[in-house]
Amino acid sequence: MFGYTFQWDQALARLPKMLDGAVVTMEVAVLSMLIGIAFAILLTLLRLSGSRPLRAVATSWVEIARNTPALFQIYMAHFGIATFGIHLSPFVSLLIGITFNNAGYLAENFRGALKAIPHTQTRAGRSLGMSQLQAFRYIILPQMLRISFLPMTNQMVWAVLMTSLGVTVGMNTDLYGVTQDLNALTFRTFELFAIAAVIFYVITKIITLGARLIAARLFRY
Amino acid sequence: MFDTALTSADLIFLAKGAGMTIFVTAISVTIGTALGILFGVIRVQLGAVLATPLTFFLDIFRSVPLLIQLVLANAFMGMVLRLQLSGFTIACMVLSLYTAAYCTEIVRSGIDAVPATTRRAARSLGMSWLQDMRYIVMPLATRVALPSWIGLALGVMKDSALVYVVQVTELLKSTQILITRLQEPLFLLMICGAFYFLISFPLARFGGYLEKRWSND
Repeated sequence: MFGYTFQWDQALARLPKMLDGAVVTMEVAVLSMLIGIAFAILLTLLRLSGSRPLRAVATSWVEIARNTPALFQIYMAHFGIATFGIHLSPFVSLLIGITFNNAGYLAENFRGALKAIPHTQTRAGRSLGMSQLQAFRYIILPQMLRISFLPMTNQMVWAVLMTSLGVTVGMNTDLYGVTQDLNALTFRTFELFAIAAVIFYVITKIITLGARLIAARLFRY
Repeated sequence: MFDTALTSADLIFLAKGAGMTIFVTAISVTIGTALGILFGVIRVQLGAVLATPLTFFLDIFRSVPLLIQLVLANAFMGMVLRLQLSGFTIACMVLSLYTAAYCTEIVRSGIDAVPATTRRAARSLGMSWLQDMRYIVMPLATRVALPSWIGLALGVMKDSALVYVVQVTELLKSTQILITRLQEPLFLLMICGAFYFLISFPLARFGGYLEKRWSND
């Protein structure tokens, strides 16, 4: 049918190597997500704070993260930072880039979630003798994370897909990087990348289904 | 820092890259939106169960990195089908389907947001299905869908930075070419980032404004 012989066995023989790459991809995605959530909470707090410069810093972070390509952010984390004489490994650059992006998007999600929480709750907490930070930590934060659980899942999927950009800064241990190296060795471009695509598809499905199961368990009421 | 080797010819080179970014985005968003509206209407008409194959097909474009989609399309067209397509054509094809995948969901949620009673009222007044779609569903669904659609169009513009992989020299790629020559990564990347930001930020704000203005409460 095609003037091309598919050689799946050649590509499938490399599957273990690619699965090792998938593990690295997951590592980057999970780490960037965890650090990203921490930074997003910090950004949300800064945006709520009374200090103008702090608000400005947080807002610029969020707007730059949301209005420039992720690839640009990863370039910045690699080549941009290198201008100051700091040469980061591809892994760290990729992690910084994706984390920066995650934090920006998540902070915006958190802001939307905050709108759904009546601010009278903070005042109720305050009048019970909680400090501002305690009221945020014990009353607002749990609800905020619960409301933005679905957007966080989407962001996690995005983080996994974004790891494929690491190859542009020389990352060759993640799933995309491994696939590209194997492609250079074997020239089975279509077969190898089709397998990589399937692995990515399975990973994202596991994430969305897993999140749905967790959500069903956590938010029963 | 302001001592730079950047010449006016380089700026024109960057502007060409920016033009390419906008061109690829415009074509892909136009085709992708048309397909998205078509798929979205089909998806609603068929219902969730019957439309499973379509949903599955479109879901692939949202679950596989765009970079891999581009490489795969390039390999499939070039090595398997032996078609001599330009990188530009492949980039537009992949980005269009990528846009369509997201646009279908936006269209679907827009149509779903129109109350069933309103549509039944239209049909009982003697409107045909097409009239109902044209005069009742379209105006109401657009209000729900347009803000997300602006977000999608901006997302595609940002994601078009990846088409370098099929040899299309858009803004980020031309920046990188200049970085290799001038060795001033920070300065050049800032110009490039500023360009994306200046297009994306006002439009994103406009989308947010529409969303606020058109919300029911």
